[in-house]
Amino acid sequence: MAPFPLPLQSLLGQWGAYVVYMIIGFAFGYVLEIAGFGKSTKLAAQFYFKEMTVLKVMFGAIIGAMVLIFLTSALGLLDYNLIWVNPTYLWPGILGGLIMGFGFILGGFCPGTSLVSAATLKLDGIVFALGVFFGIFLFGETVGLYEDFWYSSYMGRFTLPELFNADTGVVVLALVLIALLAFFGAELAEKYIGKMDTSKEPRYRFALAGVAVLIAIAGLLIGQPTNADKWASIAPQEDAKLTERAVQIHPAELLQTMSDRRLVAYMIDVRDESDFNEFHLIDAHHIPLDRLLDNVAEMHFQPANTVFVVMSNDETQATEAWRMLRAESVPNVYILEGGINNWIATYADATFKADNQRAVHVDDQLGYTFAVALGSRDPAANPNPDMFPIEFTPRIQLELKRGPTSGGCG
Amino acid sequence: MTTFNRTMPQNRAEAGTAARRIEKPYVNPYFAGALLGVVLFLAFFITGNGLGASGGMNRLLVYFEDLVAPGHIDRVHYLIDMAGGDKNPLDSWVVFMTIGTVAGGFVSGWRNGRLKLEVNKGPRISNRTRLIFAFAGGTLMGYGARLARGCTSGQALSGGAVLSVGSWAFMLAVFGGGYLLAYFVRRLWN
Repeated sequence: MAPFPLPLQSLLGQWGAYVVYMIIGFAFGYVLEIAGFGKSTKLAAQFYFKEMTVLKVMFGAIIGAMVLIFLTSALGLLDYNLIWVNPTYLWPGILGGLIMGFGFILGGFCPGTSLVSAATLKLDGIVFALGVFFGIFLFGETVGLYEDFWYSSYMGRFTLPELFNADTGVVVLALVLIALLAFFGAELAEKYIGKMDTSKEPRYRFALAGVAVLIAIAGLLIGQPTNADKWASIAPQEDAKLTERAVQIHPAELLQTMSDRRLVAYMIDVRDESDFNEFHLIDAHHIPLDRLLDNVAEMHFQPANTVFVVMSNDETQATEAWRMLRAESVPNVYILEGGINNWIATYADATFKADNQRAVHVDDQLGYTFAVALGSRDPAANPNPDMFPIEFTPRIQLELKRGPTSGGCG
Repeated sequence: MTTFNRTMPQNRAEAGTAARRIEKPYVNPYFAGALLGVVLFLAFFITGNGLGASGGMNRLLVYFEDLVAPGHIDRVHYLIDMAGGDKNPLDSWVVFMTIGTVAGGFVSGWRNGRLKLEVNKGPRISNRTRLIFAFAGGTLMGYGARLARGCTSGQALSGGAVLSVGSWAFMLAVFGGGYLLAYFVRRLWN
């Protein structure tokens, strides 16, 4: 399994992790300051095409970080699944962005740069930062008036390669080339509009550009790891869990988890639609195997106390699903032991079982017939745990989530 | 505004003891961009999170709101997530990152002789006007940053580097908004 990002909380404890964040913040503030971002006039000049520092620093940082992230991910060092990718709420983002653009040109800063400016005693930075606090306060007081809009146009973890239906490596390389074009344009603007002497620009900028292109090409050629690649890298240890039956939970343990207020049971039923319609557990998510990987991002958004339980009629397909999810670093995934058939055998009443059991059983096929497709309205789909006192060996051990549960500006 | 006086005698001992150090020029933007890219990469590589600023300011504000009016916090949906019940809004990675950011800016400003009480503005407006617009701009920034669920750092920079569609749309909107209004407020800066 890719070793990064690090499980900071379990490695260093909560305060240790906070120290790491503080050091990163320190480096962030330091670099912003030496770039000149504490000075409003330098930032505002961007909008009159006179001095393109903002574009160069920001776009440079974005493509620099991007090529490194996707190279390390291609090499299997970094797990892209565990990285916080801002979920897309399209229209609130665009409207908020426009308002911020107005604020940027009127006030001369963005929130991060105003902090650095304030730290270096620039009065306009201090007043701007106070304005930011006031704006945040106003938002907290008014968002209730239009909460529907604020939660609208949600697209989840949605990335550019998915938008353009293109290979990640190609998108990364294209963005690097677009950035280089933008830098070229920026230098022209500085020369002809800003009347700056651009001949003194350092030569190492060509080397930096070359390195960025080379890293992007390397990432493209190696390619991002597929689900099968990721599984191969963890197969020995994870397969052992399957054979030791450490991750197959008894139906009673699932039922207990479903009624445990401290845990969230996220049940994933991977069977085909007709079986699902015949009978499924209450609140189960119907996600067949071929759509499983599309739902991984949503699973990573679930709270840390979520237990994922995959199920098929017996265990074959569920085991396949378990492998796929483990390869994508989904934490706390378990298999319903014996599948839906075992669940029905445990919780359906004796007459139903006697009347409806299929004579011939084929592996991973529904072992019972249903006169009416009741789905989750079947009494066995939502049994009362108190009516079925069953002894079982508990298997669920909640592991700490490695990736961030919130990010951006959490 | 400020001119870089590079001809001043560079007596390091004197500079160290004097209240104000010699102001050094800013670094080349490409160099700063590459450096910031490495910082941003390391943030993702080590922690899984990118950079953020307005989130920390948000939580700091909510902390003080909770001191002044705890009942109010528990009634506003948006605030409950951060400070409802016995939750401490400061108990979050972004708060510590923000503290680090302020410290980093301060240390760099101090080391490079840029720690100076001043107002940066265009040549044609008064300090008073500049500060009024700074406050108004800050208010819009703060409001917009929460509406967009992140500021230039948390959305544009961080989300941009990991290819979030929303972050790229947001980034275009920020610069679109800035350029849209820039011509009409040119007196502020030119």
